[in-house]
Amino acid sequence: MLRYIAARLAGMVPLLFGITLICFFVIHLAPGDPAQFLASMNPKFSETAYQKFEKMYGLDKPLPEQYLIWLKRVVVLDFGESFSQDGKTVTAKILERMPVTIYLNVMGMLLIFLIALPLGVWSAYKQNSMFDKSVTVFVFIGFAVPTFWLALLCMYYFGVIKGWLPISGLTSYNFDQLSVSGKIWDVAWHSFLPVLLSVFGGLAGLSRFARNSMLEVLGEDYITSARARGLSERRVVFKHALKNAILPVVTILGLSIPGLIGGSVIFESIFGIAGMGQLFYQAVMMRDYPVVMGILVMGAVLTLIGNLIADICYGLVDPRIRYGKK
Amino acid sequence: MIKKFLAVLLVFAVFGCGQKKSDSGAEPEVSRKRDIPNAVYGDAVVVSMLGDATGLIYNITSDSASHDVAGKIYNGLVRYDKNMNIVGDLADSWEIVDDGKGIIFHLNQDVRWHDGKPFTADDVEFTYKFMIDDKTPTSYDADFRLVSKFEVIDKYTVKVSYNEPFAPALISWGMPVLPKHLLQGQDVKKSPLLRRPVGTGPYKFLEWKAGDSITLVANDDYFLGRPYLDRYTFRVIPDTATTFLELLNGSIDIMGLSPLQWSKQTDSNPRFTSQYNKHTYLASSYDYVGYNQKKPMFQDKRVRQALSYATPKQDIINGLQFGLGVEATGPYKPGTIWYNPNVKKYEYNIETAKKLLAQAGYKDTNGDGIVEKDGKPLKFELITNQGNSVRTSICEVLQKSWEKIGVKVDIRVLEWATFINEYINKQKFDAVVLGWNILNDPDLYDVWYSGNCGGQKLNFICYQNKDLDALLIEGRKEFDPQKRKEYYFKVQEILAEDQPYTFLMVPNALVAVSKRFNEVRPAPAGIGYNEEDWWVEKDKQKYSFQK
Repeated sequence: MLRYIAARLAGMVPLLFGITLICFFVIHLAPGDPAQFLASMNPKFSETAYQKFEKMYGLDKPLPEQYLIWLKRVVVLDFGESFSQDGKTVTAKILERMPVTIYLNVMGMLLIFLIALPLGVWSAYKQNSMFDKSVTVFVFIGFAVPTFWLALLCMYYFGVIKGWLPISGLTSYNFDQLSVSGKIWDVAWHSFLPVLLSVFGGLAGLSRFARNSMLEVLGEDYITSARARGLSERRVVFKHALKNAILPVVTILGLSIPGLIGGSVIFESIFGIAGMGQLFYQAVMMRDYPVVMGILVMGAVLTLIGNLIADICYGLVDPRIRYGKK
Repeated sequence: MIKKFLAVLLVFAVFGCGQKKSDSGAEPEVSRKRDIPNAVYGDAVVVSMLGDATGLIYNITSDSASHDVAGKIYNGLVRYDKNMNIVGDLADSWEIVDDGKGIIFHLNQDVRWHDGKPFTADDVEFTYKFMIDDKTPTSYDADFRLVSKFEVIDKYTVKVSYNEPFAPALISWGMPVLPKHLLQGQDVKKSPLLRRPVGTGPYKFLEWKAGDSITLVANDDYFLGRPYLDRYTFRVIPDTATTFLELLNGSIDIMGLSPLQWSKQTDSNPRFTSQYNKHTYLASSYDYVGYNQKKPMFQDKRVRQALSYATPKQDIINGLQFGLGVEATGPYKPGTIWYNPNVKKYEYNIETAKKLLAQAGYKDTNGDGIVEKDGKPLKFELITNQGNSVRTSICEVLQKSWEKIGVKVDIRVLEWATFINEYINKQKFDAVVLGWNILNDPDLYDVWYSGNCGGQKLNFICYQNKDLDALLIEGRKEFDPQKRKEYYFKVQEILAEDQPYTFLMVPNALVAVSKRFNEVRPAPAGIGYNEEDWWVEKDKQKYSFQK
């Protein structure tokens, strides 16, 4: 098993290299460069500013050379400095935004799993019942409703009219003065609506998945035989069926790991949350190459690790799959 | 239950905010030079911004968020007053000497930096050298590179000299002065001042929560008198719909409204009317259609004039801006001293437009509804940038109305970087819908001088007119506004006759301001020019801070 993991990890290196190469050249293919935003379309800007910035950012060098310079730094885990004038390193910028995004995504995903799995399993067990049908309608409404629209409606009703929930942001003005429990409550209170809405929008995928996979398993002969043997219904469903039905869900879990650091731009903008989505979006719009590349590399690494974890979990859940042995 | 909790929390918000006392011993005495009758100190103003600031050294940033915040922290030598006249700021007075080739600034002798160090002529000299240093990442060095000689005459007097008279020079010294003792010999890109600025201005830096908010606190020692409001908070809210909800909730005090919000969503909403006053005045910007003069079809001025006659400016203002704006006739703001009201106007008239096109040789010979000349139909592409729905709608209005005179227009909306790089800078466009800010100085050299065509220069439509060039050059040398005005009145006549742009409209600025502030008085300079004078009665104060 360890050997398998080591081999997989080693295999990731060339893969990662390829990913960075493609990312680097694609982002440079987009028209415009960071210098232009600091030195164009403003009569007050001097004519020499553009060349000055180009040189300052090293954009006057040929692209392959820029890539090599970047690569050399990344090998020692230095993502460089952001092109924006705040003088922060890319790592600092990402670390600043990351906790918020991870917090919201983990909360969201946890709740989605907690709610969607039972929903899906129960729907499958009670296939075509009233419960099954209403769950279907409910989760698809969540899937189909534009989140930004629903978010604004909720913010207006619960925030402005009822005054129950804060409208935007993740902390109150006086956050620093609150006690520890006060702080936790403050953040929970602020993140209630964003998390609720992301859960509502995300239920459909997983619950449908769980339902289908459960249905398939419930139709298998061994379930019929288990029932024929007189096992309790609970044992049949939870022990015999669920265990096999859960396998595809593990794949989704693994694949959603990179999603944990990717924030939704629309969501973060509406709720005024300073997360990864906004950081990335603004970096792309400003052609802040170091930040864009930093986030892309992290996303790539996490995707690869997520895949690996999913594969390892298969081995744990499914006795038919064993790695490292022929 | 939740409401009760909210009330408790609000009490916290009001009384709980403590201010850290500085450890440096004796606090400087509060400067009480402001003399607004009955005004009291206290309360705070909370405003929103769409994006976070990038850095708080004004001179090296170029985004509006950074400038809005840093503008409260620093001072220049001069500034504009509420009527757009140049007045002293850090300079008490100045003299224009050597036939307009030199300016002597007499500095205020009672100014201290936020860290207590005195402000002197050395700081001004440092700022000048900083601006022209090639290692400084600034875009605003052009005006300072024109300085031929900078002399420190004594501790509070400096003299700048130019090779020839340069009228915009005076206001170029409105650029914030930076503290020499904190920046000299440092790499400014790594300076802590980017995150914790030290200036001379009415507010001192307190706190910056990245991506969330920036808070400033009143400078007790401000040389023009401590502002009445204790704090100034900028909140980052990237979405305008959310900003509006926060406004209705009373969480922010000032917001620029869209024409739609202004006309349809405010008066009918008691939540809004009970908390806010609306103020409107002409914005300092105009929208226009620019015609690429390198394209053969636009070289005949009769074609450009015809298109202007066929442009329903008033309909555009009524339909897209809910009537909140005025027709533009040139590059200046109506009502300012530079604005010439007596230039040729282009009242919407399809017949005149058709006649002009016919004179220019365009006729519909094959009956397809599009006019031709020498077999070539009058057909072109109108481009604009993405993300501005008003401009996109303008394109659609123009497409419809120009169709009536037999002109076929295709519309293309482009992402900003692509728009600038691939189309504007390379001059690969026919006509463009865009806007310019109207600067307070009337100099139009960058946008209209014939030599500023090509590359990344701003006369991207390549309009060239010898008479105009001469006027622009002379206008830059004249300091007396009354004499200077003559040059720019003629400039406007030429532009109105030639129509290299069809000037569309000057929109209104639409601002909601919380009712609790006194002394809010819109003026030609807008609304924020006297924010230091704003104050709130004790019983209406919303936020309070422990000293």
